[in-house]
Amino acid sequence: MQVELKEDGLRIWRYCLFSGMAVWLAAATPASAFIAYVSNEKSNTVSVIDTNSWTVTKTIKVGQRPRGIEFTRDGKFVFVAVGDDDSIQVIDVAKQEVVDSLPSGPDPELFALDADGKILYVANENDNTVTIIDVEKRARLGEIQVGVEPEGMAISPDGKILINTSETTNMAHFIDTTTREIVANVLVDARPRYAEFKRDNSEVWVSSEIGGTVSVIDPAKREVTKKISFEIPGLRSEAIQPVGIGMTKDGKTAFVALGPANRVAVVDAVSHKVTKYLLVGQRVWHMAFTPDEKYLLTTNGVSNDVSVIDVAAQKVIKTIQVGELPWGMTIAQP
Amino acid sequence: MIRCLVAAIGLSIAATSVLAAAPIEIGVGYLGRAGIKAKLSLVELPAENDGLAGARLAIEDNNTTGKFLNQRFTLEEVRLKDEEDVAKAAAALAERAGFIIADLPADDLLKVANALRERGTLLLNAGAIDDRLREQDCRANVIHVAPTRSMLADALAQYLVWKQWKRWLLVVGSHDQDKLYADALRRAAKRFGAKIVQERTFEDTGGARHTDSGVTLIQRQIPVFTQQAPAYDVLVAADESEVFASYLPYRTWDPRPVAGSAGLIPTSWHAAQDQWGAIQIQNRFAKLNSRHMSALDMQAWTAARMIGEAASRTKSGDPKAVSDFLKGKDFSVAAFKGRRLTLRDWNLQLRQPILLVDGRMVVSVSPQEGFLHQVSELDTLGADRPETKCKLN
Repeated sequence: MQVELKEDGLRIWRYCLFSGMAVWLAAATPASAFIAYVSNEKSNTVSVIDTNSWTVTKTIKVGQRPRGIEFTRDGKFVFVAVGDDDSIQVIDVAKQEVVDSLPSGPDPELFALDADGKILYVANENDNTVTIIDVEKRARLGEIQVGVEPEGMAISPDGKILINTSETTNMAHFIDTTTREIVANVLVDARPRYAEFKRDNSEVWVSSEIGGTVSVIDPAKREVTKKISFEIPGLRSEAIQPVGIGMTKDGKTAFVALGPANRVAVVDAVSHKVTKYLLVGQRVWHMAFTPDEKYLLTTNGVSNDVSVIDVAAQKVIKTIQVGELPWGMTIAQP
Repeated sequence: MIRCLVAAIGLSIAATSVLAAAPIEIGVGYLGRAGIKAKLSLVELPAENDGLAGARLAIEDNNTTGKFLNQRFTLEEVRLKDEEDVAKAAAALAERAGFIIADLPADDLLKVANALRERGTLLLNAGAIDDRLREQDCRANVIHVAPTRSMLADALAQYLVWKQWKRWLLVVGSHDQDKLYADALRRAAKRFGAKIVQERTFEDTGGARHTDSGVTLIQRQIPVFTQQAPAYDVLVAADESEVFASYLPYRTWDPRPVAGSAGLIPTSWHAAQDQWGAIQIQNRFAKLNSRHMSALDMQAWTAARMIGEAASRTKSGDPKAVSDFLKGKDFSVAAFKGRRLTLRDWNLQLRQPILLVDGRMVVSVSPQEGFLHQVSELDTLGADRPETKCKLN
């Protein structure tokens, strides 16, 4: 009896020592804390998440219906499209409050910054245009007529081509950033929502929410070379609705948010095969990597939370409650 | 030298002809009956261009897409007067339009379908909800965009059962279409486990829908009409003729909610629908028409968008090519309902979620969670493949 107790005590002691060491080790490792900004479509706020403690450190009040959100290149500001106020607001990262706004055109949803961070291209869902904004001068430079309900925006790595997707026209429009004219239109499946380039400019991926696919487009040929579809046992295909796409810098792995399927698909970006489905929160919209690509964060609209995915392990490790209907996300580059 | 010149000229002609290639013209007709439908509520009186306005918006949307594909869509409206021969009018319209969006009563639609059978014109039924058009009277040249009565009834029943309001007092109007709706509601009750505790008929004894002292009288009539009912959870009204249902809410003898033709109403669309990007189309529609978008507008929009979708996928305006694509397995259309809509290949009915609205808000959208199906949850609404009486061709 006594012997057993002793053994147990020893075990506990050993355990404490070991876990204490682990804590000490963790503390000793330099913390790579990043800051994620999450737009909450319904609560009209932006949640600020510290990736070291995985907690919300601040909730910033913004305009109505915040969706598209992006850090400026210098990391000092965050742009957030507030669609129902017909503008893009500017959050000062140091002050953590809205300090200014940009003249975006009606109902801005998603936007893209050029490489220098000087020009902003905004999709205006309500009037079939893409608005071009000079960030410094806070002035509109012009508009480009595109298809019905423009949404997804992406700039090619060389900065020469802007992709805009139009949700009811079902196209990816290729826009020359110099002439500001459409140079090609690629038909994709229904309700294209998001576009993402590979860093080497070899592919651009476009997700089709209602079509249920991701089209892989060759930017040189400007045609669809492959369509990725998704199958999840026990789920009807209508519930699989691809939206946000995250691509690792090496172009080898992609993550696709599948909306009301409540999953993120892991895709081998070379073979274009789906390798895994990760269960996240409900109606997963968009995502962002930490700059070290250790973690991928997703916004889960219906469950009002953010899932943290360990990229190497391909596992969901954490869930963080944010505001109502979290939609977009951006993480500062170091 | 001369050869070079000729070649250069040839080349420049080729280049111009590519640039100036005439767009593919795609003619769409809209065929409906003139006259305003009677409604008990003034705010629900349909606009004169009800339906047509939806088709017009879709044609505009199609043309925005069409400018990238060198396709041009046109819309021609034909409104029939009372005595006008529908088959003749349709044949004349078909001279100019390969596609006809029809907002016609069932018998008229069948006449048109039969008259245009050999011509290859594709008909899209945007108005008639009769199940028989998709069952014993189905036609291979008619695609049904409007939901059926049974789809509407099933959508409502699923919600009432989910809510545990399973004891229904069914009140049926005395007109034919009221009885058809009641049939659909009875079928839905049986299908989803609700019980009709009693049925009553509300006789249409004639009389005006709008009078100067209407409310006083109705306030006396309705409580009396609904008293001494067995215990029930919800009053379900079948009154497509707009004779009494809108008088029921807040006036029943027992304090019970009303559903069906008043209260909680199943419908394909409502001006309050704002989910799944719907705000975009509501805004576009309001900008163009200075009014709200009705269910008929949406059904006509969807019909015209289906033509546009098939034309852009097939890069063709040929009715046969478009029709084949629509009937094939690759077709689906996005219509702000949160999922893709497809056709039931056995009767050419468009699968679609059904909204449940209270007049101001969308209360819910069916199919409800938990009503499962091996092919598509949308097939829990309306007649399913094993029950179909349709034989196409």
